[in-house]
Amino acid sequence: MSGNGSLEALRRSGRIVIVGASLAGLRAAEALREEGFTGSLTLIGDEPHEPYDRPPLSKQVLLGKADADRTALPRHRELDAEWRLGVAATGLDMTARRVRLADGTEVPYDRLMITTGVRARPWPHPLEAELDGVFVLRTRQDAVALNRRLTAVPRRVLVIGAGFTGSEIASACRELGLEVTVAERGPAPLVGALGGVVAQVAADLQRAHGVDLRCGVMVTGLEGDSAGRLRRAHLSDGTTLDVDVAVVSLGATRNTEWLAGSGLGAGPRGIACDAGCRAFDIRGIVTDDIFVAGDVARSPHPLFNYQFLSLEHWGNAVAQAETAAHNMINASADRRPHVWVPAFWSSQFGVSIKSVGVPSLGDEVLIAQGSLAEHRFTGVYGYQGRVIAAVTFDQTKWLEHYQGLIETAAPFPPPGTTVDRRAEGLRPVPADFPDPSLPTHGPTVTLSGYSPTDRRITFTPARA
Amino acid sequence: MTQGSMLRKITDYANRADPYPVYAELRKTPVLHDEEGPYIVSTYWEIHGLLHDPRLSSDARNLGPQAVENLADEEDPALPPAFLRLDPPEHDRLRRLAMTPFGPPHTPRRIHAMRGELSRIIGELVDEFADRDRIDLVDDFSYPFPVTVICRLLGVPREDEPRFHHWAETLAASLDPDPDEDAAERRRVTQQARSELGLYLAELIEERRRAPGDDMLSALAAGHGPEGQMTQAELLSTAALLLVAGHETTVNLITNGMLTLLRNPDVLKQLRERPHLAVPLVEELLRYEPPVQLLPQRTPLADIDIAGVTIPKGASVWLVLASGNRDPQRFMEPDRFDPRRKDNQHLGFGSGIHSCFGAPLARLEAQLALTELARRLDNPRLLADPPEYRRNAVLRGPRHLPVAFDGLRGRDA
Repeated sequence: MSGNGSLEALRRSGRIVIVGASLAGLRAAEALREEGFTGSLTLIGDEPHEPYDRPPLSKQVLLGKADADRTALPRHRELDAEWRLGVAATGLDMTARRVRLADGTEVPYDRLMITTGVRARPWPHPLEAELDGVFVLRTRQDAVALNRRLTAVPRRVLVIGAGFTGSEIASACRELGLEVTVAERGPAPLVGALGGVVAQVAADLQRAHGVDLRCGVMVTGLEGDSAGRLRRAHLSDGTTLDVDVAVVSLGATRNTEWLAGSGLGAGPRGIACDAGCRAFDIRGIVTDDIFVAGDVARSPHPLFNYQFLSLEHWGNAVAQAETAAHNMINASADRRPHVWVPAFWSSQFGVSIKSVGVPSLGDEVLIAQGSLAEHRFTGVYGYQGRVIAAVTFDQTKWLEHYQGLIETAAPFPPPGTTVDRRAEGLRPVPADFPDPSLPTHGPTVTLSGYSPTDRRITFTPARA
Repeated sequence: MTQGSMLRKITDYANRADPYPVYAELRKTPVLHDEEGPYIVSTYWEIHGLLHDPRLSSDARNLGPQAVENLADEEDPALPPAFLRLDPPEHDRLRRLAMTPFGPPHTPRRIHAMRGELSRIIGELVDEFADRDRIDLVDDFSYPFPVTVICRLLGVPREDEPRFHHWAETLAASLDPDPDEDAAERRRVTQQARSELGLYLAELIEERRRAPGDDMLSALAAGHGPEGQMTQAELLSTAALLLVAGHETTVNLITNGMLTLLRNPDVLKQLRERPHLAVPLVEELLRYEPPVQLLPQRTPLADIDIAGVTIPKGASVWLVLASGNRDPQRFMEPDRFDPRRKDNQHLGFGSGIHSCFGAPLARLEAQLALTELARRLDNPRLLADPPEYRRNAVLRGPRHLPVAFDGLRGRDA
C-alpha cells in the first residue's frame, strides 16, 4: 500500500490480524479502534481464554485471594473483532499475506501485528518435567494447578531459579506457611536484574522470611516414585531434598517457532523490529506491513545506546502495542517511536520493588535514599557517568524523579543531596552484575546488538 | 509584574472568590521570584516534579535564615512537627504508624466500614432542614458533618467541639501567608493554640489508654503495630494534625462542591439521576476547586534547576496546586468543570510522599454528601454568588453558603 488513498482504504476497510491475544494484543486492538480503524479485526490466541492479566497469577491467585478465572483484563472499549481463541498460529506466508492456523485454516491480512509473547522455559529434562508435582507458572491453568497443589500442603516446595517469578512464588509459599527451598545458580536472587549489591537485600528478605535459600547451586535432577510423583531433588552440591512440588522458574522462551522459515527476522531472542515497531525480515530489511509489540519484540532504544531491548514488562507491552497500532494505520510522517522507559514492579515478602531504566547496564550503584539494611531504599545506577536506572524497595513514590534523570541523561552520581541520605549514600559502589555471558535465571532485560551509531541522544518524551 | 505584587495578589482577600485569573497570570512565569520572599511555582509539571523531588524538604529546620523570617509556627518541644512537616525517614515511620489503624495494609476496611455511619450522619443533618426553606450550608452541614466524622474516627468527644474548634481554626489560619498580619502576634496566638490543644489531647489520650475504644487514638496510644509505637510527643503531634486536617479541609471540599453544582445546574441534575457520577465528579472538584490551594512550606536541600530558574538551597518554595490544576499545558479546557474528564491526575491531594493522608475518607465524605444533597434538596439555589469567603488563602472556601430550596425529598425517595 502506498499513498494516502490506499491508507484511507486500509483504515476504512482493511484487514488487520493480530496474532497473540494477551495484554499487548488486546491493547493494540483497542488502540486501532480508538484511532478510527473500521476494517476487519481478527485476534488469534492459542489459549482458550479471552485476554487475562498475568501479574496476579504469581501473587493473589497463588495465595487463593483471587480466582484465576476472574483475572480477565478490563476492556477499554468495544472491539467488534473476530476472536480465534484456542487455536495457535503455525505459519506465516509473507508474500501471500496469510497466517496459517493449527486447525488448517488460513487468515489473510493487509497488516499483521505479532504479539505472541513468551512462555515459561520448561525443565530441560522432558521425563522429569512430566513428573506429577513439577510446575511452571505462566498461564492461568498453571496458576490454578499450582494453587491447588499448594492448598494441599506439600511437605516442601522447591523453587528452581530466583528471578522475579521464582521469588514471588517463594514469597507466596511462605505466606501460606509452606516450607520452601529456593535454588539459584547465581550468587543471590534477582542478581541478573538488579546486581549483587541490591540482590543481597533480596537474599536477606528471603532468609528473614524463612526461605531455605541456596545460592550458587543447580538442580541436577528431579526424581519420582513408581507412580510418577515427584519425591526428591538432587542439587549440584551433592545434597538431596525431599520435595513434593518443584516450580521451574528459569525465565521465558519467546514464542517465535511458528515463524520459522517465514523469512521474518524471528528467533529465540524475539522478533527484531525498528523503533516504530515494524518487523525486520531475515535480510535486515524492515517490513512495512508486519508490526511487533510486547514481550516478543526486540527494538532499539535511543536512550540506551540504541541497543535492541526485549522487555518482559507489563507497561512496555501496553505502550508498545499502542505505538505499533498507531504506526500501523498512519502515514510514515505521522509515525511515533517506541521510547518507553523500561519499568517493572514486583511484590515479594511484603516489599514493593519497582525499577525504571535498565539496571543491568549500570556499572555503579548509589544508595541515594534510605538504607539497604532497613530494606527500604532507592538505588540509582550509573553507566559511563550518567544515570541509567533506579530501583526502589518500598520507596516507590520517588521513582518518578529518577525516571526524569534517566530521560534527561543526568550526570551520575547526581549532584547535591536528598532527603534520607545516609552514610552509605555518600558514594557509589560497583553494582556487581554477573558476567552476562554466564547463564543466570531469568533476567528481566536482555541486551544485545549495537547500531552503527552509539551516540547518546537527549530527548524528552511527550508529556500527556 | 513583579513578584511582590503577585504575592500580594495571591493573599489579597479581594481575589479570594476567584483566584484563578491571578494563577493564570502566575503561570506566565512558571517559577516566580524576586530578591525577597518565596519561589512561587504555578505550572503543573514543575509542581509535579518538585513534589516527587527528593531534594525538596518539608522540614522547616532546613530553611535558610532569610526564609525562616516568614515562618509562622515555631518549634515547640512539647509538640514537635507532625509528619506533614518532616522528611524521611522520620516522616515515613510516623506516617506508617499513623496508617496502621487507618488504612491498608493493616486496616484496609476502616473507611469502607464507616460508609453506613457516614450516610446516617448525613441523613440526620439533612433531616434537620425539613421545616426550613433556606440554610447556611457551611454551618448547617459542611462543617458539622466532617467534624462529627473525625471525632468518631479519632475518639474525640463530639461535645468538646466548641473547645477544639477555636484551636483548629487558629492553627489553620497560621498556614495563611498573609503579609499584612502582625507576624509576632500571630506566632503568639498560634503557639498558645498549639499548647492548649496539646494539653487537651494529652488528657484525652490518657483516658484512651485507661479505657481503649475502637478509635484511632486508642490504637495509636496502644501501638500494636510491627514497628512499635510513637513517643508521647509524636502521638500528640500526630493527633493534633489529624484533628485539624480532618476538619479544616473537607468542609471546603463539600462547600466548594455544592457551590460548583449550584453554578452548574445540569451537572446537579445528572448527579441526582446518576449517583455513580459522584466518583469522577469529586475528582474533578478536587482539580477545579481544591480545598488546599497551595503548599507554602518546602525548601531545597540542594540547588534545584527548574524551568530555567535555580532555586537555591534553603529558599522558601510555594507550590500553587490550584494553579497547576488549571494549567492548559496539562488539562484541556482547564477552566471548564467537566465531571466526566478523562486522565484527571489532579494535584488536589498533592502528590508524592506527602499526598493527603486522609484522601480516601475525604473522597467518600464528599461523594456521599454531595449525592445526598443533590437527591434531597428540591430546587436548591444560591442566595449569594459569590458567597462570603474565609480569610485563608491556603485553605480556601466560603465562610457561609446561603442556599434556598422549595422542600426536602424523603430519605428513601
